[in-house]
Amino acid sequence: MPAHYLDGLAAVARTECLRAGHRLFDEGGPADRFWLIRSGRVVLDLHAPARGDLIIESLGPGSVLGWSWLFPPYEWRFGAVAAEPVNAIAFDAAAVRVRCAADPALGYELTRRFAAVMLDRLQNTRMRLLDLYGAPAGGAW
Amino acid sequence: MTAMAPTPYRVMSRRVETHDVATLTLEPCGAAIAPVRPGQFTMLYAFGVGEAPISVSRTGPLLEQTIRDVGAVSHALHEAGPGQMVGVRGPLGVGWGVEEAAGRDVVFAAGGIGLAPLRSALLYALEHRDSYGDIALLIGARTPGDLLYAAEIADWRRRGVRVEVTVDRAYSGWDGHVGLITTLVGRLDAAPANAVAFVCGPEIMMRLTARELLARGIDDIRISLERNMRCGIGWCGHCQLGPWLLCRDGPVVSYGDAAPLLGVKEL
Repeated sequence: MPAHYLDGLAAVARTECLRAGHRLFDEGGPADRFWLIRSGRVVLDLHAPARGDLIIESLGPGSVLGWSWLFPPYEWRFGAVAAEPVNAIAFDAAAVRVRCAADPALGYELTRRFAAVMLDRLQNTRMRLLDLYGAPAGGAW
Repeated sequence: MTAMAPTPYRVMSRRVETHDVATLTLEPCGAAIAPVRPGQFTMLYAFGVGEAPISVSRTGPLLEQTIRDVGAVSHALHEAGPGQMVGVRGPLGVGWGVEEAAGRDVVFAAGGIGLAPLRSALLYALEHRDSYGDIALLIGARTPGDLLYAAEIADWRRRGVRVEVTVDRAYSGWDGHVGLITTLVGRLDAAPANAVAFVCGPEIMMRLTARELLARGIDDIRISLERNMRCGIGWCGHCQLGPWLLCRDGPVVSYGDAAPLLGVKEL
């Protein structure tokens, strides 16, 4: 990414150090930030009545956390909690959207990068839906 | 005694691993089969029911074999209790070749029941720990309750194995990863040029994991393939995959050699 884009994004970003157990957001809350995880692990979860908190996925170093900020209604679909101490860069989502609107090339670049993350997560989710580790139906032995 | 005649073994103990998996410890009643190398398997015979190819999860004078209850034969074996007799034919196939990997970093990647044949290789490497570089074990399972050898993982870590576990589904309280096993590959410390990877699990899992390993520069990848093994000695041809009879030429093969065959339907 060109340096001037990075400088612009850095201006609306800050480093966050989160303790294990810190909740970053809840389902339904305003998606006003996104994070780049530098170290530690965050889990996405969803509260299921009578079942507890179902863990959707865990995200480790190098992962992007949060894309609901990109699209209306800008609300989180899942919750997120630090499973271990986390060091991350947090971005002000509204400010990033303003910059993207003002500079479509930046908007395209960010959208392209987030689309790659979404594609990767979608493909992983599809593979998990296959229930690969389950016992094969009608086992031969 | 012919290659088709089972050697009698007695079940010494049975350990429940998960709701549908148990590990049997077997002792020979008289002469034992030849020493088993990590990665080899046996045809395990439940008398009066039938026989099935079963991985050896711990080699040595006493065999440990881990069985998933998926059908009539495996159910009978899975339920076999202490004192019960079973038949053993083997050892069959070629092993992982972990013995020849001394001096190198080793990555074990296991999906589901695929941890069973890898455990014997891991235990071998731990017995010769000073001969190996970094040892990493990546485990993928359906849920935390489906993890095999869960009680041993802490000991493996204590003995210098980096163990990363991921599951497809979990509830709060689970402190491992949740997601595909491929997401763990990026966490490896192994030096690609000097690493060898042993991968075992569902075939799709092995393909995806191998792809990630290759992307990380690890190209010496060995996988263990399962086909319809019957005779175990290359006579019947049921387990043919391209040029191989997997019971004899496998089950461990090079991913580089196997990859073109894995994408061929009906092969």
